[in-house]
Amino acid sequence: MNSHQIPNEHHIKQQSLIRKLLMDRSQPGRIGAHIPQSDVPKQQQLPNKYLRKELPLPEVSESEIVRYFSQLSQFNFSIDHNFYPLGSCTMKYNPKINDEIASLPGLSEIHPLQPEESIQGALKIIFELQNLLAEITGFDSTSLAPMAGAEAELAGMLITRSFHKNNGDTHKTKILITDSAHGTNPASAVMAGFDVISIPSDKNGNTDIEALKAAINDDLAGLMLTQPSTLGLFDTNIIEICKRVKDAGGILYGDGANLNALLGRIKPGELGFDILHSNLHKTFTQPHGGGGPGAGAIMVSKKLTPYLPSPIVQYSKDEDFYSIYTPKKSIGRMGGFHGNFGALVRAYSYIKTLGKEGIDQISKNAVINANYIKSNLEEYFELPIKRICMHEVVFSASNFKKHNGIKALDISKRLIDYGIHPPTMYFPLIIDEALMIEPTETESKETLDYFISSMIKIASEAKQDPELLRNAPHNTPNSRLDEALAARKPNLRWQKKD
Amino acid sequence: MDTKNYISRYTPNTSQQKNEMLKDIKGVNSLNDLFADLPSNLVNPQLNLPGPLSELELKNELTYISKLNHTPGEFSSFLGAGSYRHFIPSIVRQITSRSEFMTSYTPYQPEISQGTLQAHYEFQSMICQLTNMEIANSGMYDGATSMAEAALMAVRITKKKRIAVLNTVSPFYIEVLKTFLEAPEIEIDIIHNSNSLSPDTACIILQQPSFLGNLEDIEQFSNLAKKNASLLVVSVDPISLGMIKPPGDYEADIVVGEGQALGIAPTFGGPYVGIFATKEKFIRQMPGRIVGQTVDTNGNPGYVLTMQTREQHIRRDKATSNICTSVGLIALGATVYLAALGKSGLAQISNLCYEKAHYAANLIDSIPGYQVIDNGLFFREFVVKCPISPKKINTLLIENKIIGGLDVSDQIENGMLLCFTEMNSKKEIDHLVDNLKNIQAK
Amino acid sequence: MSKTQEMYYSDEHEWVLMETDNIALIGITKFASDNLGDIVFVELPDSGTTVNQFEQFGEIESVKAVSELYSPISGTIKEINDSVVQNPEILSESPFEKGWLLKVELKDTSELDNLMNLEAYESFLESGKN
Repeated sequence: MNSHQIPNEHHIKQQSLIRKLLMDRSQPGRIGAHIPQSDVPKQQQLPNKYLRKELPLPEVSESEIVRYFSQLSQFNFSIDHNFYPLGSCTMKYNPKINDEIASLPGLSEIHPLQPEESIQGALKIIFELQNLLAEITGFDSTSLAPMAGAEAELAGMLITRSFHKNNGDTHKTKILITDSAHGTNPASAVMAGFDVISIPSDKNGNTDIEALKAAINDDLAGLMLTQPSTLGLFDTNIIEICKRVKDAGGILYGDGANLNALLGRIKPGELGFDILHSNLHKTFTQPHGGGGPGAGAIMVSKKLTPYLPSPIVQYSKDEDFYSIYTPKKSIGRMGGFHGNFGALVRAYSYIKTLGKEGIDQISKNAVINANYIKSNLEEYFELPIKRICMHEVVFSASNFKKHNGIKALDISKRLIDYGIHPPTMYFPLIIDEALMIEPTETESKETLDYFISSMIKIASEAKQDPELLRNAPHNTPNSRLDEALAARKPNLRWQKKD
Repeated sequence: MDTKNYISRYTPNTSQQKNEMLKDIKGVNSLNDLFADLPSNLVNPQLNLPGPLSELELKNELTYISKLNHTPGEFSSFLGAGSYRHFIPSIVRQITSRSEFMTSYTPYQPEISQGTLQAHYEFQSMICQLTNMEIANSGMYDGATSMAEAALMAVRITKKKRIAVLNTVSPFYIEVLKTFLEAPEIEIDIIHNSNSLSPDTACIILQQPSFLGNLEDIEQFSNLAKKNASLLVVSVDPISLGMIKPPGDYEADIVVGEGQALGIAPTFGGPYVGIFATKEKFIRQMPGRIVGQTVDTNGNPGYVLTMQTREQHIRRDKATSNICTSVGLIALGATVYLAALGKSGLAQISNLCYEKAHYAANLIDSIPGYQVIDNGLFFREFVVKCPISPKKINTLLIENKIIGGLDVSDQIENGMLLCFTEMNSKKEIDHLVDNLKNIQAK
Repeated sequence: MSKTQEMYYSDEHEWVLMETDNIALIGITKFASDNLGDIVFVELPDSGTTVNQFEQFGEIESVKAVSELYSPISGTIKEINDSVVQNPEILSESPFEKGWLLKVELKDTSELDNLMNLEAYESFLESGKN
């Protein structure tokens, strides 16, 4: 819709109509769904003291609801819409067939508490996915109970805690985490009762071995490492890190947020990790849904298998029967039922579609794409660590900031005007004005070339017309929003106007 | 499928394009050079995986697997216990399937995420309306983890180190509480009544209606909590709130619950969405994502993620929780569902559940050998004491295309927890009753 | 005119201004408030409680950062600046005057010797050691 074709006051009216909240659209008597009449005889009512007096929900028609949410959807940027190089988030194409499979009635309508003999299909999928993921990552066993990456981290930390406790090592209370790690790592370790010590990265972006040595002593419970790191670099100190952590009796935990870079190239289990989690919504294409649902798989080595969260699915060949069980030293349940089955089905469907040959191609394409961007942009944007990158590349906008105050934020917002989603900004925290770009394997050279040329153009705009960047984006439903006001005077729900 | 020259349909670059790109990359001559940082003895491992499938092959295989399950709809089902089968208006799936909602990330860039953000604000508003609480977040993983997070929040607020859980709370939820509370060394007291409470109790957790379907008399616990300076945490079934008094009316401090019943298919247990609502004064201790309304530089209203300093990506080890999702798409489904049902529809659904459950209870109680356990008032679930083990009954029922209730014989001898919703027609209920009669006769 | 000349400074970017012999105001410097950006929340201890030199007494939040507040001196809190708690933006607008945080009765005025004067603080900022 071109707003310039209608008078401005009408454009404003149109916008405010679209943005009108459901309660402000509500009219007494409007119906959004017809509910059938009761087909059973009238029963005795509950006593009044148990009943609610009023239910202040909106009254809107079905047609209005559809139009309202369709209009709202147009305000969203999505992967289906365009390039989404959001670093560390692996915004790859989400295959449509996976959604279709997940909506099969035999998978979407089944109840989690049905008797095992009535859910053999569902258990078969979980069992096979457990094995597929263990094979891809090189571990002994898998639990699919965690409902998100962060929950899988918590599960991994609770496993670490139980393992040490079971061995009588209650003095092992310290978890080391590199300073480039996601914030969920320290938050998860603390939820599992550990003290967190931050380990710096060295000038090459690897874990600083000297700092690691100094931090390791008898109270070491484990180390959480993202491999490749959030700098998009493979930590080449991995063998030494592994040795030192294990010599001290610690558990090496792998944050698999960036597993996409390693698929088919190396098995983290063979690198020496004791635990790895995988964000199935990143690497294995569960759509992100505007912030979930996700699913976290957790893979462990043999010595930790008895500690996995419940439930695990096992298979008896003799009886040809799948059943649910709880490992004997299990850390327990991570949620009300069996994990995010809908997401597990999609991951299963994805791995089955790609198979051995397809899985093998993921990292190759993802890493070529990231390095292609790196090589074509490094003369325009500062590259703080000059190495071959893995699946993502981290630039810094600090030169622009020094020159005329243009920040990573301004570059990002200007990219929106070019129809591209901004990279991850200001993360990892150790890079000043970070711009973290992850193209994924599902993008074509043509798309990458357009992105590269857009970034180069923005780099020159930053010098010649900085205001253009500071006021960006220019064609979105809202210009930059006042986040300080939102935090100072929280307005978190619709309220009747006086 | 041809695996020799396999090309994934999800990766567009041709070999020729890849070679061109490799030439552009400084310092490398081949694809292998890109992986030179990896330990060479471990690179390119054997992958023991099946070969790729075409879409047609995949669909056939998965359709076959899906049919190994007994599917409610083809079977009549009387299972509840925390996951419920309800009618889902077609607009719910249509809207949540829109790729603009489905394939977008967490709304960190508000200018291009207003769709998700405004929808989340609607969700928060409706959860507040449903529960009569002051604030709500935009969703947790599920009802059980919501409850665990509420316990942790109560401990942060009161600085006390025990929690009390009424024994009628879902045993599945209590197990999750144990998982989450063991490490921070928070003691869990399972209480049976309101007689006594340790003064060191951070909160009392109740479920309304209870796991076995009954309506709790909340007032006594509300008074006890107040007297003891403990918080009152209530887990709700949102469908019941179409008719039952909302927790805000009896001054609950934190309200949690499983949002699945609001338009989300049972999906073998997930993904669901956890409800989390509380009082405004506790906002800084609330976990999860929160969306707030604000204005843009042109003065137009818009929405952003707010109060983010509580969260892990900023406060790291001092965050209120490690949670990093709001299960946005599921929350959107619940929002559309509540909008469609609206004021009158939700009350009607609630009433249908109530009527059908009570109709069934009267009939089943009159079958010789069966007895509906009288634990007072109930909403849509109740326990029936069966003449033989519920496990055996369920096996017999399956033969007649009925998925029976949950076996709760670990709590009540030969107890079966039955659940009724608007999806169970009178005909289905009568069929269940006839079958139970026959089983009795055997 | 603000009284920055009369103030004492800590390397955590807090200032102390003596109002009488043993009563002082405590606040954060402009450098600190500029670095934080838009301040949205200030958490202060209750009046009547004590603070210790160089120990944490509260928190300041901007939209995307949290900073701990460290007391530059020890003493008993006589008053907190409620208007800053109500309207945290004051701290961004006027850190040296309207944005004072605590009024404290000093325990030991000799602790002031552990702090910098304006000149020393400015060269501390220039040295980049902060």
